[in-house]
Amino acid sequence: MPRIVRQKIEFEGRIEERDVVIEGDDLPAWGPAETFTVVGTRVPRVDGGDRVSGRARYTADLDLPGLLHAAVLRSPHAHARITRFDAGAAERAPGVRLVMSAANAPKIPWYNGKSWLFDPELRYAGDEVAVVVADTAAQARDALDLIEVDYEALPRVLTIDAALAPNAVPVHTEGNVLGGPERYERGDVEAGFRRADATVEVRADTQDVLHHSMETHGSVVHWSGDRLTVWDSTQHIFGVRRQVAAALKMPLDHVRVVSPFMGGGFGSKNGAGKYTIIAALASRQLGRPVRLMFTRADESQAAGKRPQSAQRIRLGATRDGRLVAIDYRGASNLGAYRAIGSPLAGPAKELYACPNVRTEVVNVFTHTAPCAAFRAPGFVEGTVALEAAMEALADTLGIDPLEFRLRNYAETDQVLGRPYSSKFLRDAYERAANAAGWERRTPTPPRPVAGHGRRRGVGMGTQIWGGAGSPPAYAEMRLNPDGTAEIRIGTQEIGTGAKTALAQIAAEVLTVPVDRVSVSLGDTELPYAPLSAGSQTITSCGPAVRMAADEVRRHLLDAAASVLEAASNDIRLEAGRLFVAGVPERGMTVAEVAGRMGNFTLAGRGFRAANPDGVTIRTFGVQIAEVEVDLDTGEVTVLRVVACHDVGRVINPLVYASQIEGGVIQGLGMALREEHVTDPDTGTVLDLGFDSYAVPRSSVIPEIVALAVDKPDPIANNLGAKGVGEPPIIPTPAAIANAVANATGARVTSLPITPAKVLSALGRLR
Amino acid sequence: MSLEARTDSVTFTVNGRAEEVRVAPRRTLLAALREDLHLTGAKEGCGVGTCGACTVLVDGRPVLSCLILAVQAYGRSVETIEGLTRDGVLDPVQRAFIEHDAFQCGFCTPGQIMTLQGLLRRRPDPSPEEIRRALDGNVCRCGAYLRIQAAALEIARTAEARRSGRPT
Repeated sequence: MPRIVRQKIEFEGRIEERDVVIEGDDLPAWGPAETFTVVGTRVPRVDGGDRVSGRARYTADLDLPGLLHAAVLRSPHAHARITRFDAGAAERAPGVRLVMSAANAPKIPWYNGKSWLFDPELRYAGDEVAVVVADTAAQARDALDLIEVDYEALPRVLTIDAALAPNAVPVHTEGNVLGGPERYERGDVEAGFRRADATVEVRADTQDVLHHSMETHGSVVHWSGDRLTVWDSTQHIFGVRRQVAAALKMPLDHVRVVSPFMGGGFGSKNGAGKYTIIAALASRQLGRPVRLMFTRADESQAAGKRPQSAQRIRLGATRDGRLVAIDYRGASNLGAYRAIGSPLAGPAKELYACPNVRTEVVNVFTHTAPCAAFRAPGFVEGTVALEAAMEALADTLGIDPLEFRLRNYAETDQVLGRPYSSKFLRDAYERAANAAGWERRTPTPPRPVAGHGRRRGVGMGTQIWGGAGSPPAYAEMRLNPDGTAEIRIGTQEIGTGAKTALAQIAAEVLTVPVDRVSVSLGDTELPYAPLSAGSQTITSCGPAVRMAADEVRRHLLDAAASVLEAASNDIRLEAGRLFVAGVPERGMTVAEVAGRMGNFTLAGRGFRAANPDGVTIRTFGVQIAEVEVDLDTGEVTVLRVVACHDVGRVINPLVYASQIEGGVIQGLGMALREEHVTDPDTGTVLDLGFDSYAVPRSSVIPEIVALAVDKPDPIANNLGAKGVGEPPIIPTPAAIANAVANATGARVTSLPITPAKVLSALGRLR
Repeated sequence: MSLEARTDSVTFTVNGRAEEVRVAPRRTLLAALREDLHLTGAKEGCGVGTCGACTVLVDGRPVLSCLILAVQAYGRSVETIEGLTRDGVLDPVQRAFIEHDAFQCGFCTPGQIMTLQGLLRRRPDPSPEEIRRALDGNVCRCGAYLRIQAAALEIARTAEARRSGRPT
């Protein structure tokens, strides 16, 4: 019997209360004693053949008869008003079918009502001014140059400090701070500091980081009568459907969103873009399908970013290494638009046991490109500040930084005042420290070292994150007469291996090989599933898939019972074979039983049940970086990163390790190389593409050791699994920064840690 | 007629088949492959030669197909990712990619594989350092680099073993 339940749901570092539909009780969880044949094994990706052969069709690969192509004209100013717009020459250019702008587009609210699809007031360099639709992509791009626009440049604020200054130019009428400062307090921080024998204060500034998914943002749209199909590079097909339907005032069932393969998102593709709506409007007007894909330069200007942060943290501890006070302040530069702030204070509030904690986060608007969620938003930045301060304080106290962390191990969730569903961070510390040879760490030099040559150091970062998943999510399974099984679930495969993991779960239940199971996803005609973000895909969708497969399994037992002339509960299913308990020769295969049905299928349906009440579900983990610093050039080379995470049961160790490596590599890029640069005078973007933005490449990748605690969470969900997508990026920059400090005695907590900053911290630059 | 409006016939070999396309002079090889020949395995990741996702082989050497014109391929032999799979059977590099989990989202994968094909034809048993250098022009934002290197190394070791007569 379905019921609506109010639950505390964690997503992307924030907790909110939400009504969720619960259809009934869950299956008993797969506990620690459960034995598996498919789950927990290194199954190669089920879609590997598609991806290595060029067969996988991404959004831009779609060709439709009569397909038109679109290109976007963007604001050259950080803040301006359009005073004259003349698209006449562009409209007359070869192949051009339409120029859409504020002059002729319907007024569709965008950015939560703060702006319009085309807004005559432009609030960042890169803001959409017009879109040209033409027969070819080259014609559309050529015609952009023919559009004449006069702008009245307006005063702008670009930085956190400028936005918070008295009498700052307001980006929006309600001011430059999203929703006011976010404050949290427990205990008495001032009293805590009075008790402290040692304190440290660390400033941490992190840069704007671009997602730069290999597949740029974009949509291909096609109308059939009053029904619209959108092929989209997205992490959230149902979100795109809702946004498109709302923008175009259409019933939901008239919009279908399809995304069978997509080329990476990392949080930047969590919903519809303006490009989706613009393409749909143009397509409707022109009666032809339209493709609007971002160029790489578009991607650098208007596809989201991890917003820069300015943080300050003060820690106090007693002589015996007990934290007695944490005082944290952080600010995040959201850019021109964003509905939710960066949860920068998450780690400071919860990671360590401390009775007295005060945090304040200010999320500011500026005339720069809107930020987007980026793999563990807020927590990567916040962990740099917290973990740098932890190692600095450990050094001050003369306590090993790992020992210091263990003395402040948080047994419970101190923010919500309740236990964790499980926490095996101690296991992670122990395994990572052993693998990294942590006991060989030498003390951090008390001051910046002199001399020449290279010095090595090690540093640690700890992570706390959500990844619990939640309802609603639904799955269907059908078992065909030939014994093949099909899973249908409207989730997304964004490169994480979700499709493979879901196939493994289904195969495990039916005790058949993985190649007997196929998974359909990425289509809103399939049962509802949530967005693929927040490390929640397997934890939300996996339990529903297990339940759907379990229903098919029960039907199989019944069918076998009638064929084998035994009671259903005497039928056993093992290794793809159904037989009467104690009489193994009285049996038949799954395919034989299914084949008895004629050309019928056995159907099953599953749902994601509620999360357990009264507990907090978190992932935990630790990473240890070993670096070498060239004292003469300031260059930092990461030699090795050892990671060990507590993410519950690991469904696929092969794909788990890929997730760890990918997160570490993105974290390494943020720590040392990547920086999205906005001109401090004009507000224009200076890095248009990969030639001026240093994503990590093959030659800079260190050895990465991906370990897992791999203990099932007993109550989180029926799989015992937690998410792994975001955890490995979180502690990486912190661990690298700590390793640089351990190597040199110079603590650089301004990212990226460039050679210039290292030399400056070593006192070698004036 | 403007230079841009005129089209030229270009004949070349693509994956062993003779092909003819009519293209404007400025059409890139990548656009001709994707739009005219509907071979969408090669991807446009940047369009300006900075990411490697469009890598194909021209006369056996890896080329960024977004940086050369279709007319420059006249009379040459072009190989794309689609040509590696024969009768549904994957090539050894493709199989090694699957076995080593050498991709995540897969968007850069065709380019990574074609770059490696070019390297392996020039040097069947490259060193790990040669592999890393050869792949430095191919961005993988998901970060599958170590898996790609491992897949390449396995192919290289197999080649070396075959050459020295050791069992693989």
